Amino acid sequence: MDKNILPPKPKKSLYKKIKYTLITLAVIGIYVWTFLGIDINWGRAIERVINNFGNIIPKLFSPDWAASGEVASMMMETIFIAFAGTLMASILAVPLGFIAAKNVTNRFVGTLGKWVLSANRSFPELILAILFIVAVGPNAFAGVLAIAIHSTGMLGKLYAEVIESIDMDIIEAMESSGANKIQILFFGVIPQVIPEFLSYAIYRFEIDIRASSVLGIVGAGGIGTMIIFASMNRNWNEMGLILLAIIIVVTIIDMISSRIRRKLV
Amino acid sequence: MSKEMISKKSKSPNLYPRKTKVQVTIIFALVLAMYVYSINFTAGQTNGGFANSLSNMGEVIKKFFPPNWSILPAIWEPMATTIQMAVIATTVAALLTIPLALLSAHNITTIKPLYYITRISLNILRTIPDLVLAVIFVGLFGVGVFPGILALIIFSLGILAKLFGETVEAVDMDPLEAMRASGANIFQVIYYGLVPQVLPQFTSFVLYVFEINIRASVVLGLVGAGGIGLTLDRELNFYNYPNAMMVIILIFVVVIIIEFISTKIREALI
Repeated sequence: MDKNILPPKPKKSLYKKIKYTLITLAVIGIYVWTFLGIDINWGRAIERVINNFGNIIPKLFSPDWAASGEVASMMMETIFIAFAGTLMASILAVPLGFIAAKNVTNRFVGTLGKWVLSANRSFPELILAILFIVAVGPNAFAGVLAIAIHSTGMLGKLYAEVIESIDMDIIEAMESSGANKIQILFFGVIPQVIPEFLSYAIYRFEIDIRASSVLGIVGAGGIGTMIIFASMNRNWNEMGLILLAIIIVVTIIDMISSRIRRKLV
Repeated sequence: MSKEMISKKSKSPNLYPRKTKVQVTIIFALVLAMYVYSINFTAGQTNGGFANSLSNMGEVIKKFFPPNWSILPAIWEPMATTIQMAVIATTVAALLTIPLALLSAHNITTIKPLYYITRISLNILRTIPDLVLAVIFVGLFGVGVFPGILALIIFSLGILAKLFGETVEAVDMDPLEAMRASGANIFQVIYYGLVPQVLPQFTSFVLYVFEINIRASVVLGLVGAGGIGLTLDRELNFYNYPNAMMVIILIFVVVIIIEFISTKIREALI
């Protein structure tokens, strides 16, 4: 009697059962492959950490203030790289975004454009930076180009999505009252997309600050240059200061940017 | 009549007030000035500036082509290591993130100081780039896969805990209350009330972080933290550009395939 109080559980279809079994098997397969393949030398890692812990961790928390001048100037360079790269990208992404928007061009071109932009995004910044270093030499400009190209991919895709979501009624109304293409662009499309374009560009600047702070590791300028030298020289006090600088700058820029973005949209 | 209309037209009210126009102009000028300064500052370090660099680019790209396809079997193993690093790091981070996310959700953690401490420490954690973490861990544990995995775990923990914490905060508390009122114990409430509400998002976030980790782990090797980046670094140091190009192409293909699969799964989930 007691058992019959609950309604019977819905039966799962055979298709779903097979699907779930396959997914489970695939996940288990990935884990088996992973744990068989990975090779961690635990003994050495533990030995190293016992030897190094006292040398590194306390030093990270007692920053070397003597280097603050150099850290500040390198941090400024990092901000310049991110700023120039993001602005370049946010301008380059506008025409690309229009091309990749299905309601501006057609379905085929739009999908193709989004694919190209996604592919562009899959190149890690550091790898782009390596390519540009070979081209323009190990300096901050290589970093700017790497940031610009990588960000163009993401911004272009986001811009295209913004353009696809605009209110087409306004465009139609303008068309029927005799506006030409350029008038439609300037008075119909652009006012609708500008706030979101700006918001995404500023958001991208946040991401690019983080990205440009590590570009120096491969030689593309900014504070990363100091990171790699500090770690080579085992100068952990300086590393502590660099970390502090990155945390402060990123936090401040995040705060400013989210405040501006809240006002915009 | 028509004259009147024309004069009216020319006196049409401005769309934007004067103050806004001035404000926008000033901001625009500032942004432009900063841009010009940044470009000059960074391009000043190159030999011969921007134009020379661009003409250089063509020459350099020629050096990278054609890629050396014959090394594909040799670089497949470090690529596999890279994926494995990302799998382990994502799994560990996903497990660790559950308590952290609950602590950083204000509807679960009613003790305010605890909530604020978790929030602030997660925010600080998120500001540190993954490669910087890797550099520090390589210093601590020596060159190898382990510091790379650790850096990925810490890095993805920050992102995942924030995303998941926000999901938990957005949970509908009414079913949980109803279950409690009808006599369910705490585990039943969590299992039947909370888990079904957050599981799709949680899975989606984990896959998203996996994508990020894959992209991050391919470059970790540049600082000695294992994976395919190590191979790339070595080929570049030997100026072996066709080999390096092959590594880059492999990275590109793997990242695209994994992103494609993960995006499809995430679309199906939500």
